[in-house]
Amino acid sequence: MTETVAVIDYGMGNLHSVASALGKVCDQNVVVTSDAGQVRGADRVIFPGVGAIGDCMGEIHRLGFDQLLREQVSSGKPVLGICVGMQALLAHSEESGGTDCIDLFPGQVKFFGHDLKSASGAPLKVPHMGWNQVEQVDHPLWESIPQLARFYFVHSYFVENSGSEVKGRCQYGVEFAAALGRDNLFAVQFHPEKSHTAGLQLLQNFVRWNGQA
Amino acid sequence: MALAKRIIPCLDVDEGRVVKGVQFVDIRDAGDPVEVAKRYNEAGADEITFLDITASHQGRDTTVHTVERIASEVFIPLTVGGGIRSNDDIRRMLNAGADKVGINSAAVHNPDFVKAASDRFGAQCIVVAIDAKQVSGEGEAKRWEIFTHGGRKPTGIDAVEWAERMSNYGAGEILLTSMDRDGTKNGFDLELTRAISDAVPVPVIASGGVGNLQHLADGVIDGRADAVLAASIFHFGEYTVNEAKAYMQERGIEVRL
Repeated sequence: MTETVAVIDYGMGNLHSVASALGKVCDQNVVVTSDAGQVRGADRVIFPGVGAIGDCMGEIHRLGFDQLLREQVSSGKPVLGICVGMQALLAHSEESGGTDCIDLFPGQVKFFGHDLKSASGAPLKVPHMGWNQVEQVDHPLWESIPQLARFYFVHSYFVENSGSEVKGRCQYGVEFAAALGRDNLFAVQFHPEKSHTAGLQLLQNFVRWNGQA
Repeated sequence: MALAKRIIPCLDVDEGRVVKGVQFVDIRDAGDPVEVAKRYNEAGADEITFLDITASHQGRDTTVHTVERIASEVFIPLTVGGGIRSNDDIRRMLNAGADKVGINSAAVHNPDFVKAASDRFGAQCIVVAIDAKQVSGEGEAKRWEIFTHGGRKPTGIDAVEWAERMSNYGAGEILLTSMDRDGTKNGFDLELTRAISDAVPVPVIASGGVGNLQHLADGVIDGRADAVLAASIFHFGEYTVNEAKAYMQERGIEVRL
């Protein structure tokens, strides 16, 4: 039977891109859905997100998707968070005046700041927007992607680089977590669906992943 | 590890065809936007900007379909500008597969629209496009004003102040076009680019006037742009995106190869 990949839709952002990138790399059945039953029935789950975390968490709570997501993660099926979908998995974010998040990963989401500087002291623009290199920590989702390959980022808040759950690091004024992973849960700060060859490879790795790190 | 400076080919699209004007007139046909976008995606472009210069309603529907078709085949960021006047317009473009929208005249007519759009959709997808023209005379301190309606209508608004205001209102990026240079192939207005880039905390895309690869590198080094946009040098095959990147790398600029 054909597997199903559910892309969770909670009204925040452009899911067309995620779905069409998946369509490009897999022959699984891809559904973009806000139906909890459909998410529960899927073999794999993608949790995207763009915009402000306060709005995202508002919708997530309203729809009961925090509970749904915890359930999906504990069921053992592969789950992938993208961008704000990754940040929402942390305990807390500084954004939107301070926002409690889903708390599947410990730690904080912080603002890059208004006086961010490069190692050489040059001022850095925020949002961190564009293609940056990721230092990979051994994980099946990096398979066939060259070490330090570039991915497309766009964000003003970042996840601290600390703990054994960091599976990728990136640098922009500070060193931050570009990817987090634990067991069947993986999350990336960048947009794989917009990261051309390297990003499509990561999505392909995800749809083939058995959920074991 | 460092963030790469971006090279962005720009597609000016009218009624479903890529066109390229010289100083906004004199249009040459450069092909089907989906084919052109696919070609740039394969050629290593870091992003694609799609400027819809269609005036008619019917043309707008064509644009939505074209954006949908591009977004299904192009896996790099896509910005769509031209005729974005309301949150509905933005939603339509984002749903069609755009990652960012460019807002130009509508921001001038109603600056609060940028605030509302940024609050609703997030600063990451709101690009404010600024068309600026030098208004200072010879010997005076340089000053630029913003123009609307394809550069025909002066507004009396100072370009640097406007860029600052727009970033305060929630623009995530500024797309800056020099009307004096657009289509001339004489290079970016570097003083303008630098003045704006130094004034705002958000990334600035330099546009208008690229005629060779040195111009692209100058835009980053002297203009301090975070990204450089060009149309005709790529459309008509004078240079490939990879040639541009190789040249920029030689000049010490971080690029994605």
